[in-house]
Amino acid sequence: MTFTLKVWRQHSADEPGRFVSYQVKNVTPDMSFLEMLDALNEDLISRQEPPVAFEHDCREGICGSCGFLINGVAHGGQRGTTVCQLAMRFFKNGDALTLEPWRARAFPVIRDLIVNRSAFDRIIQAGGFISAPTGTAPAANAILVPKEDADTAFDAAACIGCGACVAACPNASAMLFTSAKITHLNSLPQGQPQRDQRTLSMVAEMRNELFGSCTNHGECEAVCPKRIPLEFIGKMNRDLMRAAWHWHREPLVIPSLVQLPSAEDSHEQFHEEVRIHEEDQAHVEAESPEPAATRR
Amino acid sequence: MASNTNSISVHSTANVARQRVAVSHGALAFWHTMIGKKVIMAVTGVVLVGFVVAHMLGNLKIFSGPDEINAYSRFLREVGSPELAYGQLLWIVRTVLLICVALHITAAVQLSRMSWAARPVKYDVKRNVETTFAARMMRWGGVLVVAFIIFHLLHLTLGAIGFRPGQFTHLAVYLNVTAAFKVWPVALFYIVAMGALCLHLDHGIWSMLQTLGWNTARNEKQLKIASRAIAVVVFLGFSSVPVSVWAGWLH
Repeated sequence: MTFTLKVWRQHSADEPGRFVSYQVKNVTPDMSFLEMLDALNEDLISRQEPPVAFEHDCREGICGSCGFLINGVAHGGQRGTTVCQLAMRFFKNGDALTLEPWRARAFPVIRDLIVNRSAFDRIIQAGGFISAPTGTAPAANAILVPKEDADTAFDAAACIGCGACVAACPNASAMLFTSAKITHLNSLPQGQPQRDQRTLSMVAEMRNELFGSCTNHGECEAVCPKRIPLEFIGKMNRDLMRAAWHWHREPLVIPSLVQLPSAEDSHEQFHEEVRIHEEDQAHVEAESPEPAATRR
Repeated sequence: MASNTNSISVHSTANVARQRVAVSHGALAFWHTMIGKKVIMAVTGVVLVGFVVAHMLGNLKIFSGPDEINAYSRFLREVGSPELAYGQLLWIVRTVLLICVALHITAAVQLSRMSWAARPVKYDVKRNVETTFAARMMRWGGVLVVAFIIFHLLHLTLGAIGFRPGQFTHLAVYLNVTAAFKVWPVALFYIVAMGALCLHLDHGIWSMLQTLGWNTARNEKQLKIASRAIAVVVFLGFSSVPVSVWAGWLH
């Protein structure tokens, strides 16, 4: 098989990118999409040209490293399949394919088809964990988990964090990812103690990272290689309502805006809040000994 | 997490205080999140859909003749008496609706701006696989519906535009409506606006159920069908009046 690829080439985050066309020949239908790109890169290297940079790790659809848009569809368009598991027989011989990285303000391009998905890590850091004592492992079955809850948690935990949901969303929203991570922990008994704090923190962090807002198009669900259902977004919304409705002995904490590297180039509302924070910081430094004194 | 809460609570700095203000008022923190705004849009949407359906059913009384519809318009003002004075309940309902519209639009504008800012570099090639025309038209269709509501209030509620002087009589609903829709551009605008409303409801009603967490993988198809059915019924119900006047069935 022969393909004409139009690939986004961008040397670094600061430089402008452009599309470059390549011919790939002698592709067999059994090759995966990434193997086809390997063949292209072998060819480019032999011609002393820089290879096309793309992210990959396990190549068996479970690590969440790979992913880009093929002809405008994240992961290529075969339902429930990552791009590494997509075989070239999915396309027709002679097809022209456009390869484009995920595009979102929260996912800056690092090089060619690779984007920086640290924003997802920071959403997880905001609450996607359980503060468990790390002593000896508890006895199996010490905590009973209803089958239904275990199934829900398992479905949600299938999310590999590839970012296709953000890429496909017309609003560049990270709701499907965040809802999967929240549903995973909030469905289990072990996740209950921090449930409200987790939901509020992760949801607030999603906005801090400058993702867009969900308008229920369903594009995310359609391209998700792990078939995370839209239903989890509804569950996350319910959990947020629960967090706001419940009475808490101490107020819940929203992650600070200012830890963000991306905050300075955000839209004006954030500019304003960052400016306020900077003034506050100056204030803090002026009277720093005070907090320790007021501790008791 | 525990240590995090601790360190926040012991600092008495302005920054931390600002953070705690945002969180200690649950409603404010809720509004601050994107999902909170979405939920507000959904809840106000429920109220507005209820109003639209009731309004549509009220309109159908015009087919029972001038007496029925005129009596109905008086009933809307007299209902609740003697506890409430003439027109009081109507104004309560109007206030609630106005608040809902204001919240719905404010949230929509804020969320739209966030979403537009979230993808500064557009795709060269982007193919949508799941979304519908109705879903993509939510924002601009919503703007058209707002324009229509303003026109409609000035037109058939106040009689300020679209009538010759002295042609509009307060509470003479039947005569007003038949006179108004004899002007074909007005009738056409009403029907087009109801088309926009139909699209808005087609995605909106299902979307509201999804946002509030009632949509599941199992019932998604049924909910989408129900949403579309309500939207189409609302469209047909509203459009039947200008069409009938235009066709000369009401005179």
